[in-house]
Amino acid sequence: MSREPRRPSVAIWKFASCDGCQLTLLDCEDELLRVAELIDIAYFLEGSSATSDGPFDLSIVEGSISTAEDIERIQTVREKSAAVVTIGACATAGGIQALRNFGDVEELMRIVYATPDFLSVLDTVTPITDHIDVDFELRGCPIDKRQLLEVIGSYLAGRRPQIATDSVCIECKMAGQPCVLVAEGTPCLGPVTHGGCGALCPRFGRGCYGCFGPMDSARPEVLAPLLTTMGMPEDEQYRVFHTFNAWSEPFRDQPRPVPVTLSERSTS
Amino acid sequence: MSDSGATAALPDPAAVSLAIADLDRLISTLRDDGRVVIGPTTRDSVMTLDEIAGAGQLPRGWLDEQSPGKYRATPSETATAFAHGPPSMSWKRFLHEERTLVISTSRTNGAMVIDPAPAAPEKPLAFFGIQACDLAAIGVLDVALADDAAYRRRRDDLLVVAASCTDSVATCFCVSAGTGPRPGPLADIVLTELADGSLIADARTERGAAVLTRAGLDTAATEADCRSAAALVDAAAARQTRHLDTEAIARAAAAPDDVGWDAVAERCLTCGNCTMVCPTCFCTSISDQTRLDDGCAERWQIWASCFSLDFAYVHGGSVRTSPTSRYRQWYLHKLVTWHDQFDSSGCVGCGRCITWCPTGIDITEAITS
Ligand code: SF4
Ligand code: SF4
Ligand code: SF4
Repeated sequence: MSREPRRPSVAIWKFASCDGCQLTLLDCEDELLRVAELIDIAYFLEGSSATSDGPFDLSIVEGSISTAEDIERIQTVREKSAAVVTIGACATAGGIQALRNFGDVEELMRIVYATPDFLSVLDTVTPITDHIDVDFELRGCPIDKRQLLEVIGSYLAGRRPQIATDSVCIECKMAGQPCVLVAEGTPCLGPVTHGGCGALCPRFGRGCYGCFGPMDSARPEVLAPLLTTMGMPEDEQYRVFHTFNAWSEPFRDQPRPVPVTLSERSTS
Repeated sequence: MSDSGATAALPDPAAVSLAIADLDRLISTLRDDGRVVIGPTTRDSVMTLDEIAGAGQLPRGWLDEQSPGKYRATPSETATAFAHGPPSMSWKRFLHEERTLVISTSRTNGAMVIDPAPAAPEKPLAFFGIQACDLAAIGVLDVALADDAAYRRRRDDLLVVAASCTDSVATCFCVSAGTGPRPGPLADIVLTELADGSLIADARTERGAAVLTRAGLDTAATEADCRSAAALVDAAAARQTRHLDTEAIARAAAAPDDVGWDAVAERCLTCGNCTMVCPTCFCTSISDQTRLDDGCAERWQIWASCFSLDFAYVHGGSVRTSPTSRYRQWYLHKLVTWHDQFDSSGCVGCGRCITWCPTGIDITEAITS
């Protein structure tokens, strides 16, 4: 006589983000029903009306910390969860909104909003790991569906996720793709970027944009002179390293060539 | 690797002459034998390797230039299909796939059952137009992967139609590595192409001769053609400017700590491209995965690179965290400790790691300057 084992309860949380990474779970069309059988989706506002109070076996967190309330809420999530996995560039690196960390938030609010007084935000946008212990970080903007299933599967099986942390170049070469940087002189961030996408852009003849952020031993300072020889001006280099993962080391430290303040930029 | 080099003998007197159109007969014969024919072909202006169904897919008329960190191929008026440098990818991926299923487990009546990876019925391969350096690399893999069942299975069934090199690109150094430009002993047939695209085919094994016979290729090559073919290959050898610095390698072997590794590693991105394109780099890691659909588990063998941080991960962390330690590992393994481990050099002089390194790090000068 066997008793049906209790299904692990999983919660999916959103912080400052665009929802694209959560959507990846709903995109797992073929696997979704199986996932729903194996886990009890106890809290997932984007996908169901379930709003359990917990505790949860696994919390999947999307988005970065941008307000004082976020800080309190993420702490509650941690307290209620046996394991916390963060997904996407926002949760793991601050996301595109962390660009404000490089400027003056007051100034930005004045430029963007008609009534900035209604806003109450922190000076900096930060990844989840700056606030709580995180068990695993899944990278990407957005995350890759196969990798998400691997992470969920690994927690169900009680093992470590099998997610490589080395370069996009490794995936590019495994796919048999000739290097666009070497063969076409196309600037490509693959050599410094964390794999996971399966070298999607190089496979379509484009350079990598760095969506998955820096790989485990990224050396943007070695790639930068190469981008210069390929004709990419320094301010553009600054911009390519400062996109979705701008706040993650060592992309964050790539020097800004000519300091331009926001007000200068908006008046020019 | 003995019967290679610039001063080898002329093709065998039994060599036959092939017109361009005869290549199709040769390829069809191999395909009629049930083989998958892999050969050089052009994709997105790069010469790569893929299954070919006929000679029309060969990179006829294409010429390539290769230099540190730079590759350019352009169509030209030439009649040749084999006057190019090493293709972008190496042939190893057809014998030693980037991902191989090793075992899977299933649950049967509550017990775990281990299923060996299904030895999928695969068609035997024919390598068509493999160059001397890459052929020597198969000899190197034969030793390194002697116990790898999937490799052995494909390798045992392999038939090799090699192509002598009638041109060298700037990154080639097979002469110095002792592997080319004349294909060594592992070939069944060796083709040497003349400037007008016609070829001389030289059978090196019984089954190579049988293939030529079945293809109806029996026009004896003229001595004049054999001489021009030999001259072209000699000229290709003479054009090579790079060579392995044996003194530097000996110094690195004797006193590895005294080598200025930092100077070269300063330019290394630790991206792993060099190991991925190298025809002899064979390392893999093991990845255990569970399937969501049926709860079964799979064990995969996946290509790995000594430039990846995780490659040297032991309990508690990686033992090679600096780019310097990783470059040093690659260089010393390829050129020094490979000799102790496998009784040969790990480098066959194809120059791919030089061409395809984004920053153009050159293994032949890495520690000389
Ligand atoms: S195309 Fe980009 S990702 Fe691919 S090998 Fe080249 S640099 Fe690396
Ligand atoms: S080390 Fe470089 S030159 Fe030598 S065989 Fe490997 S890729 Fe070719
Ligand atoms: S030597 Fe070149 S190809 Fe190899 S890891 Fe370093 S930068 Fe990448």
